[in-house]
Order: sequence, then structure tokens, then C-alpha cells
Amino acid sequence: MNPTWNAIRSGLERGVIELRQTFTTAQDLWGYLFPAVVLLVVMTVMRDSEVPGTGFSLGAMALPSVLGMNVAYGGLVNIAQHLAVEREDGTLLRAKAVPGGMLGYLVGKIVGIAGAVLVSLVLVLVPGMFLFDGLALTGVGTWLGLLGVVALGLVATMPIGAALGSLFPNARSIGLLFLPIIGLIAISGIFYPVTSYPEWIQWIAQAFPIYWLGLGMRSALLPEALVAAEIGESWRHLETLAALGAWAVVGLAVAPIVLRRMARRESGSSVAARREKALQRVA
Amino acid sequence: MSVSELGTPRTGSRPHQDVTIEVRGLRMRYGPVDVLNGVEFRAYRGEVVALLGPNGAGKTTTIEILEGFRIRSAGEVRVLGVDPARGGESWRARLGVVLQSWRDHGKWQVRELLRHLGSFYAPYSTAERGRPWDTDELIAAVGLTEHADKRVSRLSGGQRRRLDVAVGIVGKPEVLFLDEPTAGFDPHSRRDFHDLVHRLADLDDTTILLTTHDLDEADKLADRILVLAGGSIIADDSPDALARRMSTGAEVRWTRDGERFVHSTTDATAFVRGLFAEHGDTVADLEVRRASLEDTYLALVHEFESGHGDAVIRSFEEAAR
Repeated sequence: MNPTWNAIRSGLERGVIELRQTFTTAQDLWGYLFPAVVLLVVMTVMRDSEVPGTGFSLGAMALPSVLGMNVAYGGLVNIAQHLAVEREDGTLLRAKAVPGGMLGYLVGKIVGIAGAVLVSLVLVLVPGMFLFDGLALTGVGTWLGLLGVVALGLVATMPIGAALGSLFPNARSIGLLFLPIIGLIAISGIFYPVTSYPEWIQWIAQAFPIYWLGLGMRSALLPEALVAAEIGESWRHLETLAALGAWAVVGLAVAPIVLRRMARRESGSSVAARREKALQRVA
Repeated sequence: MSVSELGTPRTGSRPHQDVTIEVRGLRMRYGPVDVLNGVEFRAYRGEVVALLGPNGAGKTTTIEILEGFRIRSAGEVRVLGVDPARGGESWRARLGVVLQSWRDHGKWQVRELLRHLGSFYAPYSTAERGRPWDTDELIAAVGLTEHADKRVSRLSGGQRRRLDVAVGIVGKPEVLFLDEPTAGFDPHSRRDFHDLVHRLADLDDTTILLTTHDLDEADKLADRILVLAGGSIIADDSPDALARRMSTGAEVRWTRDGERFVHSTTDATAFVRGLFAEHGDTVADLEVRRASLEDTYLALVHEFESGHGDAVIRSFEEAAR
């Protein structure tokens, strides 16, 4: 068998194994359930408020936006976190010592994170379908649109997330990512229509993938009338495709360079040095 | 499991095609400091070579250059005929690296991890060398059968080190690198590990290059000892030959009428002959202790450091400037 295909196949298997492991690890289960419950509670509280000028439930509007946010969060933060942790603990070095191991590792990471993102979506979407009225969930187009946005969103965010994870010096410094991400979520129209913000904030939001993922999800899951609350009163499908596509192109161009540079520097002594440091911190 | 008696003495010159590691004029410079300064050695198929040296002598750097994880400053290096700085995946498939793990792959089960890592080697299987190693056989070889279904995070420190060794050899390597492999082993695990190393070298013809601080271990395991000090190899010989070369003295201990005696001499045979001639049957508990590898090693490094002390200080001052 061709070694490259073999490595990809081993990587797929790796992703499936790692995803399965999350279902039997208490910490990972908590990581799935806790955010889902918090988000559902928040949206339920918002249920009786209205999207300005539409009479539509703000909670129901937030549901698709939250799905988009989860895709962006998984693709940016989770993958960055995994890479930083697994570089520090030597997982990456092990991959490097095996023929085709780095390719297998990356394929595995993509599959594992994508799977975890899907799980987090289902955990919000399924209870949400019962909690909120008015979502357009019947047509085949709805589900195809949803899957398309998820796929495009992952391609747009994961390479950037991987590059960020390679740039941070250790797992703890990844915490620095949270603040800007939370700020972006706040201005990206996830919990409140972006059109109610000043125009300059709208411009900032539109520079990042979180806004576009929220918009894409809303266009798939909300009734047509809700378009009134969007910028330009349009779902802007082409713009969504262009913006997420641009992030994907930048990510796919930058990530291999950053990842390769990071991987080249890994050796037994660099892992040992970080272990020393981490253990000192504990002590 | 004891296969150490299968060991064959390795003497005389060996054919060139059996050279698996060749290092000539290897230099490594970090900023203004030369850590390696003209390292030269060879290793052959099926040979166990121990690399010894004081802390900071550059043992780990040397091994990492051979593994292809670090780029050298100058010199020529070939591992299995390939420059490690340019080794591709098919070259990588013929190497084994035993890494000191910390907490990676904690959620994986032992068997699952070894089967997964082994799967990467399948395309590189050959008629002489079936790759990867059968998972259950490998688990048995490192003594982890009872723990095969455990999560890696639940293994003890010693079990984890055995797993590290298993991961290093899962691809049936032709050259295996081990950096401080037995740090943290109990005596029993250490013995099992030594048997495994002999088995790999003798049955699988694997070249094994290891670093260690345990001179007793080097003595037991290695066909050849390299001593790295001051950035170059200052000794390259079998453990016995090294001990013979360095030691002129021996220590003789005996008891007579319940009293203990110790005497240092340069000619133990003559001294013992005289001892018996003088005291005959009253001599008991006779023990002649030749210099151990440890004595030899310490003498070598001491001799080197006192001979090169000035140079060492000079380079240190240059570095500080």
C-alpha cells in the first residue's frame, strides 16, 4: 500500500479512536455537556424577548447563531489547545518519530475535532428543536445548508487554529486566546442582531469568521422573514462563501509553514525541557 | 526469558556493508560554544554501543543529530547510508527512537496505541523484516501483557518506560536509539530490559546506540563503549579492553584468623602467590578486584579533564565575553 494513503488511513483511525475516548472520559463529557446546558439556559431566558422589529423570539434566533459560534470555537480554540498540549507532552514528537506520523497526527486531529464539534452541535440543536418554535427545520435544503456551513466553517477555522496552537509557547498561554475570542463573540451578532450595533463594530465583526458562521447558520435554520434583522436585509450567501473561503485560503497557506517550523524544532530534549518547567510550576 | 547466552563475541574487523552508523568530524555549535568538536565513530549491524560521558558532554545532542531531530553544524553523518538531515519517511521507518514519555496518549489503551503506531510501518515491511511487530508479541516482550488493556495514564512509572521501549521498537528497527532507557527502572525491570536488548541485537541484528549513566549497565549490555568528553570521543573500545588499558592496579582482600585485610597492588597474581607462600591455609575469603568499568571511566574522564583543563577554561572565558 502507498505509504501516504496508509498514513492517512491510520490518521482517520486515530481520529475515530480519540473521538471515542472522549465519550468515556469524565472530563471530556463535562466539556460537551456543560457549555451545551449553559447555552440552552441562556437561550431559554431570552426566549420571551423579541428580535427588534420582527416579533420573532430572540432565543430562537440565537440558536443557529450559537451553532455557528460552536463551529468557530471548536475550529479555532480546541485545535489550538490540543496542539499546544500535545506538543508539550511529547505526543507530536512521537508522531515525528514514526514514518508518516505527522500526516497521520494531523488527519487524526482534524477528524477528532470535527467529530467533537458535531457532537457539540447535536447537543444544542436537538434540545433546542423542542424548546423553540418557529425554526425552519423541515426542508432538505435546511440540513444541506447546515452541513455545508459546518464543513466550510471547519475548513476556514481549523488551519488558523492549528497555526495559533503552534505559535503559543505552552498550553497555559493558550488562555490568552479566550479573551479576544469572547470579545469577538460579543460583537458578532450571536446573541443579539449585529444590526443594532454601531457600524464600525459591524465592520470589525465582518472581518472574522465567527460572524459569517452565525449568519450562515441563521440563513439555513431561520424563516425567510428574519432576513430583516441582517445587514443589508440579505443572507449574503456569496459574501459568506467569499469571507469563509478567504479565511480558509489564508489558513491553508500559513498553517503548513508554521506547523512545519514548529515540528522541526521538536526533539527529546525540547520536550524534556518543557517537562522540567511544567513540573517546577507544579512544585 | 533469558536470551543473553545467545550473544556471540564480536571481534576482529567487520565488512564495510555492516556499517550502520558512521560519524566523521561531527561538530555542533550553539552560539559561541562548540558542544561537539570533531566526533568520530562507527557502529555495526547487531552491535550494542553505549555512549558515556559527563553531563553536558553532548551525548543527547549526538543522538538527536543521528535521529534527524537536530541539524548539525558540520561534519559527515550517515545512518543506514543516509544523511539524517535529509532522511525521508522510508529511512525513518527503519529507525527506532525510544523517547522518555511524560503524559502523552494518556487516554489510549496500551494495546490500542501500539497497534495504531505499528500500522504506520506496514508499507515498509520486507521479506526479511516483517513490519510492524505483532502487537501481542511485542507487549509480551516488554512484559506488559497484564496491562495491555489499561489506559496509559494508569501505568506506573516503570510500566510507562516499558511502553516507551515498545513504541521505539514497534517498527522492527534496524537501528535503535535509546537515551537513558533505564532511568526509573527497578532491578527486575532492568534485567528484563537487558535481555530484550540482547535479543534485539542478536536475533534481529539491530544496531543499538544507548546513553546511560549506569556504568554497570553499560558494562553488561555494550559490545563497545564510547566515552564522549570535551566534545569528542576520547575512548572507543570493548568494556574489557578499556578496563585492561586503563587499570594497572587491583585490590586484594582476604581474612586471616578472623581479621580483614585489604591491599592495593599493581601485580595481583604475584602478590597472591606471595600471600599463600607466607600464610598458606590460614588465608580465607580471598577476593581480587580489578578496576571496574566505573573506575576506568572516572580515570579516563579525570585524565582528560586535567589534561585539557586550560583549554576548557579558555573556551569558557571566551563564551562569557
